[in-house]
Amino acid sequence: MDISSVFFALVTVVAIVSALMVVTCKNPINSALSLVLTFFCLATYYAMLNAPFMAAVQIIVYAGAIMVLIVFTIMLLNIRVDANKKGSHQVALGSVMGIVTLLLTGLILTRGKVSQPVGGITSDMINKLGHTELIGKVMFTDFLLPFEVTSILLLVAIVGAVILAKRKLS
Amino acid sequence: MDNLNNYLIVSAVLFSIGTIGVLTRKNAIVMFMCIELMLNAVNLTFVAFSRHLGNLDGQIFVFFIMTVAAAEAAVGLAMFIAFFNNRESIDIDDANLMKW
Amino acid sequence: MFDNVWLIPLFPLIGFLINGLLGKKIKNETIIGSIGALAVFSSFIVSVMTFIKLIGLPSAERSVNIKIFTWMTAGTFNADIAFLIDPLSCLMLLVVTGIGTLIHIYSIGYMHGEEGFYRFFAYLNLFVFSMLLLVTGNNLLLMFVGWEGVGLCSYLLIGYYFHKKSAGDAGKKAFVMNRVGDFGFLLGTFTLFWWLGQTHGIWTIQFTELAKNANLFPTGGVVTVITLCFFLGATGKSAQIPLYTWLPDAMEGPTPVSALIHAATMVTAGVYMIARMSYLFIRSPETMMTVAVIGACTAFFAATIGTAQNDIKRVLAYSTVSQLGYMFLAMGVGAFTAGVFHLMTHAFFKACLFLGSGAVIHSMHGALHHVHSHDDAQDMRNMGGLSKYMPMTYGTFLVATIAIAGIPGFSGFFSKDEILWQAFANPLHGSLNMLLWGLGACAALMTAFYMFRLVFMTFHGTCRIKAGAEKHLHESPMVIVFPLIVLAILSMVGGYIGLPKLIGDLVGGIPNYLEHYLEPVFANANAYMQAHTHHGHHSHALEWGLMGTSVVIAVVGICTAYVLYIASPEIPKKFTAAFPALHRAVYNKWYIDELYDFMLVNPCKSLGRFLWKGFDVLVVDGIVNGVAHVVMAFGGVIRYMQTGQIYNYAWSMTFGVVVIIGYYLFK
Repeated sequence: MDISSVFFALVTVVAIVSALMVVTCKNPINSALSLVLTFFCLATYYAMLNAPFMAAVQIIVYAGAIMVLIVFTIMLLNIRVDANKKGSHQVALGSVMGIVTLLLTGLILTRGKVSQPVGGITSDMINKLGHTELIGKVMFTDFLLPFEVTSILLLVAIVGAVILAKRKLS
Repeated sequence: MDNLNNYLIVSAVLFSIGTIGVLTRKNAIVMFMCIELMLNAVNLTFVAFSRHLGNLDGQIFVFFIMTVAAAEAAVGLAMFIAFFNNRESIDIDDANLMKW
Repeated sequence: MFDNVWLIPLFPLIGFLINGLLGKKIKNETIIGSIGALAVFSSFIVSVMTFIKLIGLPSAERSVNIKIFTWMTAGTFNADIAFLIDPLSCLMLLVVTGIGTLIHIYSIGYMHGEEGFYRFFAYLNLFVFSMLLLVTGNNLLLMFVGWEGVGLCSYLLIGYYFHKKSAGDAGKKAFVMNRVGDFGFLLGTFTLFWWLGQTHGIWTIQFTELAKNANLFPTGGVVTVITLCFFLGATGKSAQIPLYTWLPDAMEGPTPVSALIHAATMVTAGVYMIARMSYLFIRSPETMMTVAVIGACTAFFAATIGTAQNDIKRVLAYSTVSQLGYMFLAMGVGAFTAGVFHLMTHAFFKACLFLGSGAVIHSMHGALHHVHSHDDAQDMRNMGGLSKYMPMTYGTFLVATIAIAGIPGFSGFFSKDEILWQAFANPLHGSLNMLLWGLGACAALMTAFYMFRLVFMTFHGTCRIKAGAEKHLHESPMVIVFPLIVLAILSMVGGYIGLPKLIGDLVGGIPNYLEHYLEPVFANANAYMQAHTHHGHHSHALEWGLMGTSVVIAVVGICTAYVLYIASPEIPKKFTAAFPALHRAVYNKWYIDELYDFMLVNPCKSLGRFLWKGFDVLVVDGIVNGVAHVVMAFGGVIRYMQTGQIYNYAWSMTFGVVVIIGYYLFK
């Protein structure tokens, strides 16, 4: 068992435990902070996968922007404890469905076959050229139009958020 | 990339945990966070596959998912605030105007 | 060459748009009337210019298609907005726009002070526009547009006094009966187009193309079907048996309308259509016989009804039906030129008669209004002795009456006599000719009789108007009298362009201008007739004899009318008393309307009521409502699935995804 495997196992334990905490914590703030931890774990995975740009974006966008937004909302609405839980049969049904999902994905993993590498991007290349540069090249050539469309999506989201959240004019 | 399977297993576990969360919690914000968790699980799959296949398209896709998630967060949280202003509650069971 | 032909229909269209859209705001009657009249007059000027250009061409080239733009194209089918300028359409242009102008001028005076003055002129202009499309359209489809357009305008104008129920009903009647005919027209068009395309690969509805390929058509057979369909259309539009009953009712419209639409122009559309497709009709002996017999019967039948009517306009209406019968008789015996000739002269004198009767009614109405009487201003029994109050109207009316009665020297004589002669001498119908001629001659006798009866009852004898009203009778203003004078002059001299060869030779070789002029149009039909019939020779003596007979007939008719209504007015009363049943039958128009009601209208109504109550309400509504009830019942149960709980939706969604993925996984 080499050091990277140990590290991977460690990160995995943290990720799963924090993810479970997201679901189980009564206080939403605790859930939110657990989620931040999960996001950091994912960023670590990205780094381990030799995708440093994705790791950075993960931390900036998710752990930074989105989580700040969520925490801010929780504080703004002053939500303390999820007082009234769902009925037990709902929890049971939901858990069953979650476990079925897990089994199903597990089945896909055992039965599925992964194809051999098709692209020319190797770790050496990433190390030599830099991950960000590679992503940027693809993003601004092949995916230029989707990229621009995303900006419109974000604009619409901003406008929608403003309209939804603004105080009612009386 | 011999450990592709490891990543996929982690991703599956996280996805399932997210699903359970969405289906068992009542608090809208927690449900929202669980959805983010599911999205991240999928992202991990994308990145892992992208690296395995040596093709950057998957990572570009992750980038777009993040954008959508950001937009979703902005609009969704604004909706929660509007909902809270109306009902003094963030309990998803109180949002039941669409019933028969 | 004919670059400005498109202006001819355009002017009335512009007039229609101006008066129709802005007329309510303009209000000033002079301006509205001037716009209307000027629009038609401009068309008349352009028509005259076109005519002059046309006769400048060698006679073989006098058929010009002017394409404005492609209207529609679908596969092999092609229809243009295009005009056909040839002698026939040019003649019709002159008649329509010329008489149209006069009647527009007349209307300014006649409709003075009427509510909806602008509406009247807008409709009139729209009518002229449609009529011009009808006569100039170079294909059947464009002709049909005009054909429907004039039907619409006829409906609108008959129902001009729409607050009167009888007027509205008359409009509907005209429209529905015309629709019956239009159906025939359409069927004819479809069959023609389909047959020619199927058998010879020539997909066309253009008149010149059809004429070019006329020799491809067989004798009889499919041509009979096609032409009979077209003839059905013609009977509707031109008020022939069996579809004539709308025309007398159409007299509910204002008198200028009756003059323009129901005497001079629209009702001749059927005649024009047959003339336009003479090369087709001549190829079906059966159709020709049908046309001739129907024409002769209509001429006779309508004339009998005309002898017993008391409403001045109704007499003229039946006279119109009768005269149209003559035109169809002419068409049916292959005398196309004579038919068109009678169309033209009839337009002159019948327009004059209608406008004259309108002047009389106008004056009577005013006079009766002064003394607050509710007597019918159109009933001849209330008239009499009007000649001294309205000398100009009387003079022009008399000229037109003489013309229609067939006194030599006036236009009606030449055209009618030509038709009768052709009915007698044509090579198409063999022994049937005697019958055709006999019916025509009897109708001529009655025409002379009832027309002079009308004159005597209206203008001669003692004045029977309500006491005190006669001093309010007066001659009409100049704007009304002027068109009368012009039309009277035309009725007098209009016949000289079509002098019979017999008389022309006698007075020093004056040719039959009209026949020469129209020759290229009917060349194909005439050539066919020459080739396929044995042309018997008739001596000049016979022709002179028949001509003399028709003169004698006319004189006898006039004398009878004089004896019965001036010399000894008690005879008609005795006659009516002696044969009450006959008089009642004739007076009530042979109960044809009642017969139609009984045979067609009421069964249709009953069927309609049955379908409404039995089929529509029970079956159709039942199905529709039943479907709605079923949907509602299901919805009532299924709606409980919509819990409004996001948890349930999310769970169902996940479950669905799991099932679908599971299916593909375990497949």
